[in-house]
Amino acid sequence: MSLPTRPARLVLAGVACVTLVATGCGSSNDDSSSPGASAECAPYSQYGSHPGTTVSVYSPIRDKEADAFLQTWATFAKCTGIKVDYEGTGEFEAQIQVRVDGGNPPDLAFFPQPGLVDRFVKAGKLKTAPEKVKALATQNWTADWLKYTTIDRKFYGAPLGSNVKSFVWYSPKMFKEKGYQVPETWDDLIELSDKIAADGVKPWCAGIESGDATGWPATDWIEDVLLREGGPDVYDQWVTHKIPFNDQKIVDAVDRVGSILKNDKYVNGGYGPVNSIASTAFQEGGIPITTGKCALHRQASFYSSFWPATAKVAPDGDVFAFYLPGNNASEKPVLGAGEFVTAFADRPEVQALQEYLATSDFANSRMKLATYVSANKGVDLANAQNPIDKLSMEILRDPNTVFRFDGSDLMPAAVGAGTFWKGMTDWINGKDTKSTLDFIEASWPKS
Amino acid sequence: MGFDFAAEGPKFMQLLIGIAAFFVVVAVLLLLVDRVPMRRRARLPAAIMLAPALALLVIGLVVPAVRTTVLSFRSGDGRSWVGLDNYSWMLSAPEAVTVLRNTLAWVVLVPLLVTAIGLVYAVVVDNTRFERLAKSLVFLPLAISFVGAGIIWKFVYAYRPPGAEQIGLLNQLVVGLGGTPKQWLLDPPLNTLFLIVVLVWIQAGFATVVLSAAIKAIPSDITEAARLDGASPWQMFWRVTVPSIRPAVIVVLVTQSIGTLKLFDIVRTMTGGQFDTSVIANEMYAQAFRYGETGKGAALAVFLFVLVTPIIGYQIRALRTRRQEVG
Repeated sequence: MSLPTRPARLVLAGVACVTLVATGCGSSNDDSSSPGASAECAPYSQYGSHPGTTVSVYSPIRDKEADAFLQTWATFAKCTGIKVDYEGTGEFEAQIQVRVDGGNPPDLAFFPQPGLVDRFVKAGKLKTAPEKVKALATQNWTADWLKYTTIDRKFYGAPLGSNVKSFVWYSPKMFKEKGYQVPETWDDLIELSDKIAADGVKPWCAGIESGDATGWPATDWIEDVLLREGGPDVYDQWVTHKIPFNDQKIVDAVDRVGSILKNDKYVNGGYGPVNSIASTAFQEGGIPITTGKCALHRQASFYSSFWPATAKVAPDGDVFAFYLPGNNASEKPVLGAGEFVTAFADRPEVQALQEYLATSDFANSRMKLATYVSANKGVDLANAQNPIDKLSMEILRDPNTVFRFDGSDLMPAAVGAGTFWKGMTDWINGKDTKSTLDFIEASWPKS
Repeated sequence: MGFDFAAEGPKFMQLLIGIAAFFVVVAVLLLLVDRVPMRRRARLPAAIMLAPALALLVIGLVVPAVRTTVLSFRSGDGRSWVGLDNYSWMLSAPEAVTVLRNTLAWVVLVPLLVTAIGLVYAVVVDNTRFERLAKSLVFLPLAISFVGAGIIWKFVYAYRPPGAEQIGLLNQLVVGLGGTPKQWLLDPPLNTLFLIVVLVWIQAGFATVVLSAAIKAIPSDITEAARLDGASPWQMFWRVTVPSIRPAVIVVLVTQSIGTLKLFDIVRTMTGGQFDTSVIANEMYAQAFRYGETGKGAALAVFLFVLVTPIIGYQIRALRTRRQEVG
């Protein structure tokens, strides 16, 4: 189908105005009368002009981060005439299902779980990404990142933001004062923990309370340690259920996490006994580091935005992070996650926005506004807001990095966003490893 | 951002269309009724007038109920038949059995506690000088939404490690009495009791007001006669008050039972169903919408429906007998 000619489009826009009784039309008509005329709009001419159209976006990203997104695409919206109707929700996983089942899907959705994308693709709800998006994605991301939304050889959407999860937050100041060294291997890490414990401070702090999603930080722990305990191959087999969830290798990994998280000598710095991990909000999990009541907190790069405003995030500041060490210094598996832009509609304006979101221009402008990590190779690292963002992106684009996506986001939702979270919460609250994993294994959907 | 009338235009349009459609339907119905011959005015007009309500009932209630029942025999993604698998999961899987056990605890304890507390409170404050104030105070929590109450009580139960400043009322009391702070919501089965307290706190006011009104409606000749016969307060309560207000007590028990069976908000706000505190309605939502296991969710919904039915049946029968007594 060819695009309508210009007068026809104006007529269409006019009709839209009358039926919608919307004032928004007035301003967009002004824009369309001189598309791409100003220098500001020049870079956006390639996305065409779509006056009077609206693209709805549904996403789990809210508050400050969402504001930064809105600000980033404001110029794009102005120049193309597309009104971006953004809605962020705290219950994305449940509500997206409700909206789609109710016949009211958004045009675009930012999925943090490839497992969920898979479910909607299988249900025949998602559209394949347009060729231009696919070309941009292939150019800007490593093959690793493309495979998560490639289902039955069809590509469904480019990645958006990313994060690196294999970080341990610590206080460089405290380390300097007490003479602690950043550990290079797992054994060093345990040695360091013992040393801190001997100095009278519980070395680790954690919090896994997160409303509906309570338990997810503990599942990240398990995934990160399994990558080290069993290696990437075992990890892949586990995620795809080629080996059962209660396999001995998984039991070993969970027990290894337990040697830290369920060790009363190690946790929960600043909060109390082991089970206080279950009731501490994940946002507050690492805060005792700033008061010296805790020394180590394993959490993703995005935790940098949860520190108090007074804490300086830098290698010589109040808080910083080191890479969660592997068995030896040369093995460096990395756990991470991110969102993917997928479409429930294929109208031209929807595809235009989808295309824009896949560009490095978008990632660069987004990064200039607030903390943001993108695995997009076209991103200029100089735009990074803080050293952690920069470090994360360096790790992500390093060809030697063995990257694995957060396993719970890849598993079927019944497990990855259900029993795995719940199981780990019960595990922290005192349940033993074997029966926790048996429970999760039993819940894996059969089909 | 202010309210932009123009931007909300489409919504107003829909509203107007809806209202217009309503009037059209009513006009058509009246016209139809008017056309019906006089002598047949009993049945047919009634049927015509009932039709819209019936249609809505079918679309909004019967169809979804049937669909849910069908879904409960299908797999998680709704694509294949699984027979009774979902039901056997519900009755055998440990986590599902915990849910049923919790629901049972809720349904037994809440109506009993609410009625008992409401009744005792109503009797105690009856005809005292501060009756109005006392009743208003116990009625206040009813004005708070379940989610709001859940958040308030989450603070009451909040935990801080020993030595730190307690922000939770309960732990502050415990510490004040020389104890060590506890994580009230973490340890089953007691945590379910701590959640039940919240609903009782909300609903006791409802019971008090209903039962107090019933007590006031007891004819004074009965109470006077009993008093003249030398009935002790204890005998007054059990032999006069309670039998006289029996219908009101039943109303309270029934509404509380149904409300408790459907309970969702408090559990979801306070524990999210973690730590073995989940109840049927919460688990149903989690299974169907969070885990994408519509079959299991539907099975729980059907079970909930089955549980509510006898209570409603009883209520209808009680109403009917009362009406016969009156009539």
